Amino acid sequence: MSAPLVSLQDLSVQFCGHRKASALNAVNIELGAGEVLGLLGESGSGKSVTLRTLLRLHPERTTKIQGKMQVDGQDVLALKGRALDLYRGGTVSMVFQEPGLAFDPVYTIGQQITEAIRAHEAVGEAAARAQALHMLERVQIPQARRRFDAYPHELSGGMRQRAMIALALACKPKLLLADEPTTALDATVQIQVLLLLRELQRETGMSVIFVTHDIGAAVEVADRIAVMYAGRIVEQAAVGDIVRAPRHPYTVGLLAATVGAEHRGQPLQAVPGAPPDLAALPPGCSFAPRCTHASERCRREVPPLTSLGNRAVACWHPVQPVAEAA
Amino acid sequence: MNSAPLPPSPVHDRGSPAQPLLVVRDLKKHFPVRGGPLERTKKFVHAVDGVSFSVPKGKTLGIVGESGCGKSTTARLIARLMQADSGSMVFDGEGVDEFGGIRLKEFRRNLQMVFQDSFASLNPRLTIAETIAYGPRVHGMPAAEAKRQAHDLLARVGLAPAQFASRYPHELSGGQRQRVNIARALAFDPRLVILDEAVAALDKSVQAQVLNLLQELKAERQLTYLFISHDLHVVHYISDYVMVMYLGQVVETGPVERIYGQAAHPYTRALLSAVPSMDPDRRTESSPLAGDPPNPINPPSGCRFRDRCPHAHPVCEARTPALIGIAGEPAHQAACHLNDPASGHPGALPETQA
Ligand SMILES: Nc1ncnc2c1ncn2[C@@H]1O[C@H](COP(=O)(O)OP(=O)(O)OP(=O)(O)O)[C@@H](O)[C@H]1O
Ligand SMILES: Nc1ncnc2c1ncn2[C@@H]1O[C@H](COP(=O)(O)OP(=O)(O)OP(=O)(O)O)[C@@H](O)[C@H]1O
Ligand code: SF4
Ligand code: SF4
Ligand SMILES: [Mg+2]
Ligand SMILES: [Mg+2]
Repeated sequence: MSAPLVSLQDLSVQFCGHRKASALNAVNIELGAGEVLGLLGESGSGKSVTLRTLLRLHPERTTKIQGKMQVDGQDVLALKGRALDLYRGGTVSMVFQEPGLAFDPVYTIGQQITEAIRAHEAVGEAAARAQALHMLERVQIPQARRRFDAYPHELSGGMRQRAMIALALACKPKLLLADEPTTALDATVQIQVLLLLRELQRETGMSVIFVTHDIGAAVEVADRIAVMYAGRIVEQAAVGDIVRAPRHPYTVGLLAATVGAEHRGQPLQAVPGAPPDLAALPPGCSFAPRCTHASERCRREVPPLTSLGNRAVACWHPVQPVAEAA
Repeated sequence: MNSAPLPPSPVHDRGSPAQPLLVVRDLKKHFPVRGGPLERTKKFVHAVDGVSFSVPKGKTLGIVGESGCGKSTTARLIARLMQADSGSMVFDGEGVDEFGGIRLKEFRRNLQMVFQDSFASLNPRLTIAETIAYGPRVHGMPAAEAKRQAHDLLARVGLAPAQFASRYPHELSGGQRQRVNIARALAFDPRLVILDEAVAALDKSVQAQVLNLLQELKAERQLTYLFISHDLHVVHYISDYVMVMYLGQVVETGPVERIYGQAAHPYTRALLSAVPSMDPDRRTESSPLAGDPPNPINPPSGCRFRDRCPHAHPVCEARTPALIGIAGEPAHQAACHLNDPASGHPGALPETQA
């Protein structure tokens, strides 16, 4: 295989402002061109920090970053000035849960997409406008010509989300980072947006890292899923393998906690306990205090992410898969 | 890591147990919008357009509907964070802020909200323990007791006080912040809690912890919930009754098993079938509902869903369907001509068959 589009090697991020926190602890991710990775995991496990670090959005003064981060052959941690500006939005761009973070309320969405294109490409105003309009059509905004001159607040939630995707894709990024882009949408619009993302990904061949808590949403768009816990990747495998036969005890717990119709009237199976303090991680496996399989070794040594068949698991005692029905 | 359950709070019932805790009648809110320079008439977004419902004591009403259909606005109107254009509310048998009714101040204390945006609702300059203790302190609780209660509540929502009590909101993840908001709402000892997308930002395991907590507290304190969510699995799990909204109006409401088992409105059916697949070999190929909701500034005449409804008939354009009970199931109501034998819709069930 040729060099992956994204390669994070032992990436660690520490916040050293008022409150210390080891938000990422030696994260390794490789993502090929055209691959879609779903990032699942507990609240506060570092999913958003991973995406923000890929965009170099953390203030340098209070953030300590170690390890390597390569995207499309560029050493991201070494980028500066104009090169960093071109990288952001040009090579990598991001969509958020809340479109309000991406759009300025005082400009029309057409103006903002046009502006983004002109910041990255040497094109004239008219050509950029035409390209922006084309983007709005591609994300299936009805009456795109009219919506071009609409302000963000004049669009419905689903349309705003599509407009944000248009903005993110306007400069043809090779990597799209999506941080819970459908969490705020109703089910019918969520499906529309997921289908749209899937279609645009196929058309453009871009790679996507898709953060979500909704396993169903990950199943709809992702090829592979990585599960995070306390700033580490604890399991990584093809979507089907994660959903059908999780091996890491945390992944097993997370899937068991997912609400379904069959749970009505009884308490849900939450993983007991709370995540560790990121300022003082336990010496061994971070999940050990909550894990029913924990041994002495687990409490002493951090389990490395090792391959196990065609998946990777960071656990000294992976859960045996239940025999699958033929 | 559950701490000891909080002592049950005294419930001050005014009406009888059968008296719904909250009755909302014909609530309306139209937002003025900036028109073009040549437009003479002012335009309005019909955000909430004649919403009526009631919530029985100690029950959970789940509210679902498309993005922008007016769920949050309805919640804000009920909490009086915003003035309604018209409509009335009765809280436990007494008119809210009416002559001889319950005073606004007292009503507000009985009702707490947990919002969608976990960040905007926390004061960035207070530690989270201070934030949780703040409300009860203002209402006269001694500092030490307010602090102890804050720590108990933090532990209860899964945030170890030793680690988290002295943190500021920006030092928490989105999910952690939302748990603080839930703890804060509970600190007021309310009777009605409106949860607007309160568990959307949480991972499934923490979500399960919080849903379990909400269920326990509901039983312990006889709480009543209005639970707004896009997560259809969660709404199914937690609700006793479900209300479905579309473009500012209620299109269907009823007991949770009826809505999830025998939905009567075509929009409800489309919504409930839009749940993502859990099988990577059988991904969803097309959306059950195409297109976008109509413009809330100029809602269509008749049934507002008719542009997207597979059963639309000229009568749907000519006449607005009323929210009426399904034959034999008065608690289950739908606003669709298909359910009204007298509507003139050719697909409507004849009266004898119903
Ligand atoms: N600027 C910061 N200073 C200190 N700690 C931070 C900062 N930003 C994030 N953190 C901490 O880093 C951890 C990871 O946060 P992150 O936002 O990546 O979580 P997440 O996995 O995206 O969670 P969620 O699912 O709740 O969005 C959290 O524990 C958070 O409290
Ligand atoms: N302050 C406001 N001024 C003008 N229009 C508003 C205002 N608040 C809401 N709206 C509009 O009112 C309608 C209803 O909005 P609301 O936020 O209540 O919807 P919602 O059902 O909560 O949506 P979501 O599921 O996306 O949260 C939308 O069209 C919205 O754009
Ligand atoms: S390494 Fe040990 S403690 Fe950690 S998840 Fe595996 S079995 Fe549990
Ligand atoms: S009233 Fe007519 S258009 Fe509206 S939901 Fe029923 S059948 Fe469809
Ligand atoms: Mg996040
Ligand atoms: Mg809302």
